[in-house]
Amino acid sequence: MNAIVQALPRVSLPRIYTLEGKHEFLRLLRAPSFAVPTLLFPPMFYLLFAVLFAGRSGDFHANIYLLATYGVFGVMAPGLFGFGVSVALDRERGWLTLKRALPMPPGAYLASKLAMAMLFAAVIFTILAIIAITLGGVRLPASAWPQLLVVDVFGVLPFCAIGLFVGTLVSGQAAPAVINLIYLPMSFLSGLWMPLTVLPGVVREIAPWWPAFHLGQLALGAVGEPTTGSALGHVAILAAMTVVFLFFARRRLQRSA
Amino acid sequence: MFGAGSGSCAELFAVRKRFGTITALDGVDLDVRSGELLALLGPNGAGKSTAMGLLLGLSDPDAGEVRLFGQSPHTLEARRGVGVMLQSAGLPDTLKVGELLAQTRSYYSEPLSAAECAATAGIGDLLGRRYGKLSGGQQRRVQFALAICGRPRLLFLDEPTVGLDVEARQALWASMRSLVASGCAVLLTTHYLEEAESLADRVAVLGRGRIIADGSVREIRARVAQRRIRCVSTLAPETISAWPEVRSICRDGDRLEIVTNSAETVVRQLLWEDKRLSELEVERAGLAEAFIEITQEAA
Repeated sequence: MNAIVQALPRVSLPRIYTLEGKHEFLRLLRAPSFAVPTLLFPPMFYLLFAVLFAGRSGDFHANIYLLATYGVFGVMAPGLFGFGVSVALDRERGWLTLKRALPMPPGAYLASKLAMAMLFAAVIFTILAIIAITLGGVRLPASAWPQLLVVDVFGVLPFCAIGLFVGTLVSGQAAPAVINLIYLPMSFLSGLWMPLTVLPGVVREIAPWWPAFHLGQLALGAVGEPTTGSALGHVAILAAMTVVFLFFARRRLQRSA
Repeated sequence: MFGAGSGSCAELFAVRKRFGTITALDGVDLDVRSGELLALLGPNGAGKSTAMGLLLGLSDPDAGEVRLFGQSPHTLEARRGVGVMLQSAGLPDTLKVGELLAQTRSYYSEPLSAAECAATAGIGDLLGRRYGKLSGGQQRRVQFALAICGRPRLLFLDEPTVGLDVEARQALWASMRSLVASGCAVLLTTHYLEEAESLADRVAVLGRGRIIADGSVREIRARVAQRRIRCVSTLAPETISAWPEVRSICRDGDRLEIVTNSAETVVRQLLWEDKRLSELEVERAGLAEAFIEITQEAA
């Protein structure tokens, strides 16, 4: 007599999420077109403009200011590119369809990409922090570092949402170009490359439209540089932008299904 | 009609699906019974992939009902009984085969071991290599390994042998046969009718969004009265083509090939008129001819 025991589902959710996240990270790390600019550009720019050619103009501390803003510039990339390009490619090549057909828990796809983007953000923060301390001569109060880390790591979220939305709109080939057109001008217009105070007045006026501006203000606040607006206000605006782009991305994903 | 059908793995009941102004499926009933290999055939755009997508929960029908193991295909529990190989599945180029396999195995409650998958799909030597570095045939074998790794009770194979050479195709056929022998049901779509002919227990033909034929390969072939006569003869093709029973004739060297609905009459006549006729063969239409005739009737 065979006792037929109902097999209990022995699918381990932590294992699924761990593998998804790990593979998402490996996938991007092994893609030189993503990993090299993402991990190399922020420290390279920092070395050039904050260490080697730092202007010595009065009370502007290039080494501290640019630590905050290149950090923001750096963590925008894994959000925008990590989501935008890879979602566009996954959609186009059918990998997303296969994953939806497989018994993958529905949240695992986005959660793994999110974890990957946050991990990249933490890596970028660490590289910049090491260079800032060793070569940039930056000395900050001990509480400033964890604050900046939190701003950088959670600051990827609105850019993940924007990247996801773009990834649902454009093809895999067009995605890098489209995202660069968002990424680079927005970085400049948000005062990430040079302080807004030295830019034309109109740039300062439209800056609050860009999520990178608000994240930049939070990062500057963390390192004790002068900022405008309240931290809570910046957080609220970033959260709202995240929700709006997630909403539209979700709608696009459901339509294309 | 809505009974869970004890022997059914996957069912469509009176399903309609529209994309914009195009009706992809227009009242389709289909069931995949456990342990059988069902080949779903049809010309391009007939709705094969749409039907498969509905059964996998990739989209929802506008009307009718879809059941996978008696449940909605949206439930993970139902989909854990399923393995999938899609026609265009561009897996991430930068991941290694072993990583892809580990990831897919993690979705299932009782997966095959990585070694078993690799042995069945013939990818043992590929596990450490990046997916993007593999040849087209190797990539298809990896996709097959991912499809079977969860010990599925039902396997969806959408054009699985496209781009495979003869040897690889034979190997995949052998794997499919042994899976079916072990009790796994398969829903296969294919453009290669000889594939359906050699593997399928049952064939369903989709045309213009409807099931226009459903039966065993023999039953489908028998729907076509056409037969093909081959022989070596000195008779002029023009003479033969004038006979009322002959539908078409073509000549290849000294060989004639005649298509007719009444082979007996034509053969009698041939033997009467050419006493030295040799190498006579009569063959019933294959699935390919049957398929063309059925889809033309429906058009």
